[in-house]
Amino acid sequence: MSIILDKVNYVYSEETAYQIQALKDVSLEIGDGQFIGVIGHTGSGKSTLIQHLNGLIKATSGSIYFHGQDIYDDDFDLRELRNRVGLVFQYPEHQLFETTIFDDVCFGPKNQGLSKEEAGLRAFEALRNVGLPEELYYQSPFDLSGGQKRRVAIAGVLAMKPEVLILDEPTAGLDPAGRDEILDLVARMHRERGITVILVSHSMEDVAKYVERIIVMNQGQVMFDDAPKEVFRHYKELEAIGLAAPQVTYLMHELKERGLNVDTDATTVAEARASLMQALTGIDSGRMDIHR
Amino acid sequence: MGIIKARQLVHEYIRRDEEGNVESIQTALDHVDLDVQAGEFIAILGHNGSGKSTLAKHINALLSPSEGSLWVDGKDVSEEENILAVRQTAGMVFQNPDNQIIASVVEEDVGFGPENIGVPTDEIWRRVEESLGAVGMLKYRHHSPNKLSGGQKQRVAIAGVVAMQPKCIVLDEPTAMLDPNGRKEVIRTAHELNEKKGVTIILITHYMEEVVDADKVIVMDAGKVVMQGTPREIFSQVGKLKEYRLDVPQVTILADLLRQSGIDVPIGVLRREELVDAILRAAQITG
Repeated sequence: MSIILDKVNYVYSEETAYQIQALKDVSLEIGDGQFIGVIGHTGSGKSTLIQHLNGLIKATSGSIYFHGQDIYDDDFDLRELRNRVGLVFQYPEHQLFETTIFDDVCFGPKNQGLSKEEAGLRAFEALRNVGLPEELYYQSPFDLSGGQKRRVAIAGVLAMKPEVLILDEPTAGLDPAGRDEILDLVARMHRERGITVILVSHSMEDVAKYVERIIVMNQGQVMFDDAPKEVFRHYKELEAIGLAAPQVTYLMHELKERGLNVDTDATTVAEARASLMQALTGIDSGRMDIHR
Repeated sequence: MGIIKARQLVHEYIRRDEEGNVESIQTALDHVDLDVQAGEFIAILGHNGSGKSTLAKHINALLSPSEGSLWVDGKDVSEEENILAVRQTAGMVFQNPDNQIIASVVEEDVGFGPENIGVPTDEIWRRVEESLGAVGMLKYRHHSPNKLSGGQKQRVAIAGVVAMQPKCIVLDEPTAMLDPNGRKEVIRTAHELNEKKGVTIILITHYMEEVVDADKVIVMDAGKVVMQGTPREIFSQVGKLKEYRLDVPQVTILADLLRQSGIDVPIGVLRREELVDAILRAAQITG
């Protein structure tokens, strides 16, 4: 188990009139190599939760263990934790600041104490991984498009070689193709490098397509924590807290209600198609190779 | 003449070095022709950097044309003396609600615009009440904006624009930062303003699902208008949209896949109900 949260509570502006309990008794285990989605309406505690995972916010009470070590112990090295748990904030491109893309990506590894040469190698690798054309490396990051800037910002975190990569709404404001590029990149990092990924998202369709486990936050508490299929079964409860199920899940429920025997657990277009083909033609196309 | 009319509209972003010499020129709008009739609900799609926001800023006279012309409610935006009138005709709502709210109480925020143009106090309060009612936020009038959800904040921002009584509202990715409920609230509000008050709406978005109820969809690529039509006409061209880095709603993709597998569903399905009906019809035939 790479990260364990045990009864974590967090209170903003404690003992003032503005006191808000942002996290209430949150207990979670984040296993090595998992791909996890975190969903919840605005103000549900998602961002507060992820900032605990690399020690940016200290819990008001409760404990957090990283590989079995209590991160609040006096001798625990929080700097090291932040090297190993990488956090990509919302609109990370606003944090680009160097004169060239290459220097910007080098900043993280240099800060970790790596030599200039090593940092440079890391930067090359990270920029190659995010698929940025090499002729752009020495240009200003501010001349790039929104999607490209975001990839540079993500490269900056990848260059630090984190074991756990946390992304807070990485696709907000991107066009559909840009959205797919970023998420495909993250999925590839997860598959090829085995890094643990935690994806905070408002897009139920994206979460359903990519993650293996969903944590639903509501009023600072974990409301559901399960496989996407299981979580989206509760679509009525999700709606009540400002969320939704993917479009196709609603379609399947409506068809079922109107008498067609389909799989209401389908959460992606591919799953819906397989179930519909079976219901309509009796042919099991579940193993057919379908793009998306 | 329609409420918005563009003819061969060009906008170039020109970068200069310290001595004022031109370093680079980027053409963000490339000879755009556009006609929007009063009372229409228009959606603009296009990938990042396609020129959508640049176009929007012209409609509000935040940018002025490098070449060509744009008329907003018959007024040429290039004429200096028209700028204020143009801004009062076309209000704008931006992506991030937190950047648009300035007062510490909801009703004061909504009253800020009318107060700025010298509307009498009684009239300001009347407008504040009416616009908060129009976006369904009247009961929050005495609240602090920073305690509201993203969708609520965005609706307050819209009310602030409505209080200026514009004939046209341009919403530039108003839902990009919102959760599913917030997204629904904002889109519903835009449609209500369009239907009940006859406000012309121009909605810029990256969410294909938000576009299906628009009267007309405009697709931009490389500063040009490359597709124009009803949502059904646009979304029946899946391949072409993908070329422009766009997408179609999930139900449209699913309908397309089913049709390719020989199931009899119509082209250009946009809404869930349509696909449910089509599938049930197909089930009766085969079963």
